[in-house]
Amino acid sequence: MSGESGKPKTPLPGTYLKRDEYMKLPGLIKYKPVARYLFSAGQAQSRFLHGLKEGKILGVMCPSCGRVYVPPRAYCEYCHTPTSEWVELPGTGTIHTAVVSYIATDRSRLEEPEIVGVIRLDAPGYKEDQYEFAGLFHKICGVTPEQVMDGSAIGMRVKPRWKPAEERTGSVTDIECFEPVEG
Amino acid sequence: MERAAIIGVGWYGLRPTTPEVSFREMVFEAATRAYEDAGIDPRQDVDAFLSAQEDFWEGIAIADEFAPEPLGGVLRPTVTVAGDGLQALANAVMLVQTGFFDIVVVEAHGKPSDIASLGEIYEFALDPIHHRPVKPAHPLFMMAFDAQAYMMRTGADPSHLALVAAENRARGLRNPRASYAAKISVDEVLEAETIMDPLTRYDIAGYVDAAIVLVVARESVAKKLSDKPVFIDGIGYATETGTGTLEWHSWGRMPSMRVAAMTAYAQAGIGDPLSSTDFAEVEDRASHYQLIALEELGLAPEDQAHKLYERGEYELDGYYPVNPSGGSLAMGVALEATGLVRLLEAVLQLRGEAGGHQLDGVERAIVASWRGPPTTTSMVAVLSGPEMGF
Repeated sequence: MSGESGKPKTPLPGTYLKRDEYMKLPGLIKYKPVARYLFSAGQAQSRFLHGLKEGKILGVMCPSCGRVYVPPRAYCEYCHTPTSEWVELPGTGTIHTAVVSYIATDRSRLEEPEIVGVIRLDAPGYKEDQYEFAGLFHKICGVTPEQVMDGSAIGMRVKPRWKPAEERTGSVTDIECFEPVEG
Repeated sequence: MERAAIIGVGWYGLRPTTPEVSFREMVFEAATRAYEDAGIDPRQDVDAFLSAQEDFWEGIAIADEFAPEPLGGVLRPTVTVAGDGLQALANAVMLVQTGFFDIVVVEAHGKPSDIASLGEIYEFALDPIHHRPVKPAHPLFMMAFDAQAYMMRTGADPSHLALVAAENRARGLRNPRASYAAKISVDEVLEAETIMDPLTRYDIAGYVDAAIVLVVARESVAKKLSDKPVFIDGIGYATETGTGTLEWHSWGRMPSMRVAAMTAYAQAGIGDPLSSTDFAEVEDRASHYQLIALEELGLAPEDQAHKLYERGEYELDGYYPVNPSGGSLAMGVALEATGLVRLLEAVLQLRGEAGGHQLDGVERAIVASWRGPPTTTSMVAVLSGPEMGF
C-alpha cells in the first residue's frame, strides 16, 4: 500500500487507521530524550580550532615516528607518546575520496545532492602512505556529481574556502568546503 | 589456576571539572601513569585492553571505537564493558586466568562535567512505559526510597546518615584526591538544605571527572615484573531481579551485593570477612548506602550497621576501618570509573602508598561498588597486598 495519500489506489478490504488514530493506540509510548553535552575539545583539538579561527590548518607531529596528525591528537596512537611539534600546513591538498549523497539523515530526498569527501592535505616533509596521511573530512564544492561518479574528481587539487575572518568562530565550519584550485 | 595481580595503577582528574583535557586525553594521561607504574610498554607488552563506558555518558553512540587509541590499544584486541570499571576488571581476571593472556589493561573514565543534561540522562534510564510518563521531579527519588526503607527496617534515623556523611567528608581532608572533603559536623549535615527527604546536600556525593587505568598480570608474570603486586583473590558481580522496576525491588537492601560478595569470598577462601580482611572501600554515593553495604558484605549483623557505626567500630582506628579514603562522599562519583576509584584507594593502601590516610599493617581488603539504581548491579573484590603473595 502506502504512497503519498497513505491509501492504495485500489482499496483493499479492511478498516484503515489514520496516522493520529494509530498514534493514539495504547501500547505506543512516544519519548524524546534530552541529551545535551558540552564537550571539552582538549589540548590538541583546541589549538587546532584556534588555528582555524586565524585561517590556519595546524598539525602536530609525533617525535617518535614522525607522523603528522591532522586532525591533531595530544598523543600518537602508534607510539603512545605525547605529540609535540606543531606545524602549519599550506591548506592545499588532493581529493582522496568523495561520494555523492542524495538523501538526508532521515532518508528524505535532498533537493540538491551533496558531495563530501576526505582531503589528503599537503604536509611538506611528511612521508605519508596510501592510508595514513594528514587530512580532513569536509564538504566538497565546485565539483559536479558526474565528476565524482566517473572518478575524475579523485586526485583533484583542492584548497579550503574560508569563511570571512569576522565570521569564523573556531570551528571546522570556519572552512565552508574544499574547492578546486583554479588553473 | 594462577591468580591475577594488579601491577600498575594510574589516574587523572578526580576533580569536579577538567576543562584542560578531552576525555581521550584524560584516559591517555591515566594510562601513561599506569604503564610507568608497571614498567611496561603498551605497544609491546599488553595482550588485551578492556574499557568500561556507556554511550550516553560519553555523548557518542557506539563509543567503543574511541576506546583503543588513548590506551595504546589500536590494532590490538580491545573490548568495552557497558558497566562499572570493576566489571571490566572481573573480565580481565577471567582473561588472565584462561592462561592465554599475560597482561591485560583495564580502563574506566567518566567526564560528567561534559554532560549538560545529567538529570535528564538519569531520567532516560527510567522504564519508558511505567515510570517516565509519571515525570518524577528528579530521578534521585530512588536513592531516597532506599534511605527511607533502610531507616524503617533498622531503626536508624537521619543522624546516623549524617554521621557517615560528616565522617567520610572529614577523612577526605587527608586525601589529596578528595575534591569534596570538608570539615563539617553532624548538625551541619542535618541542617543543610534537603535535596530529597531525608537526604540533605551533604548526604549525596558530588560528581568528578576521572580516568583510572590498571595493568593486570598473571601471577607468575606479575612477580617477575613487580615488587609490589596486589593480588585479586576473588571478584564477583551480580544484577538484581525486577529489571528496571521500582515496584518489585528490595528497597533499603542490595541483594546483588550479597551475591557478588559470596562469589568473591568463595574464590578467596574467606568465611568471615571481618576476621579475614583488614579494611574495606565501599560505595557511598549517598550516606545510607555505606551502611547498607556493610550489612550486605557481612561486615555488620543484620540491622546493626548504624549502631556499630555510632560506636566508632568503622573509624580509622576502630575495629574495622571502612572508607579510609573518604569514599565517594569525599572523592565524588566518576560515573563508570566510580568502582575503580574505590579499588585505586585499596591498592594504594595495600602498597603502603596511601599517604596521609595510610592504615598501619593492612594486608587484605574488600572493595565493593555498584551501579544503578533502581536495578542494582554490584561488584565485590577481595585484594591482598604484596607480602601476602609469597
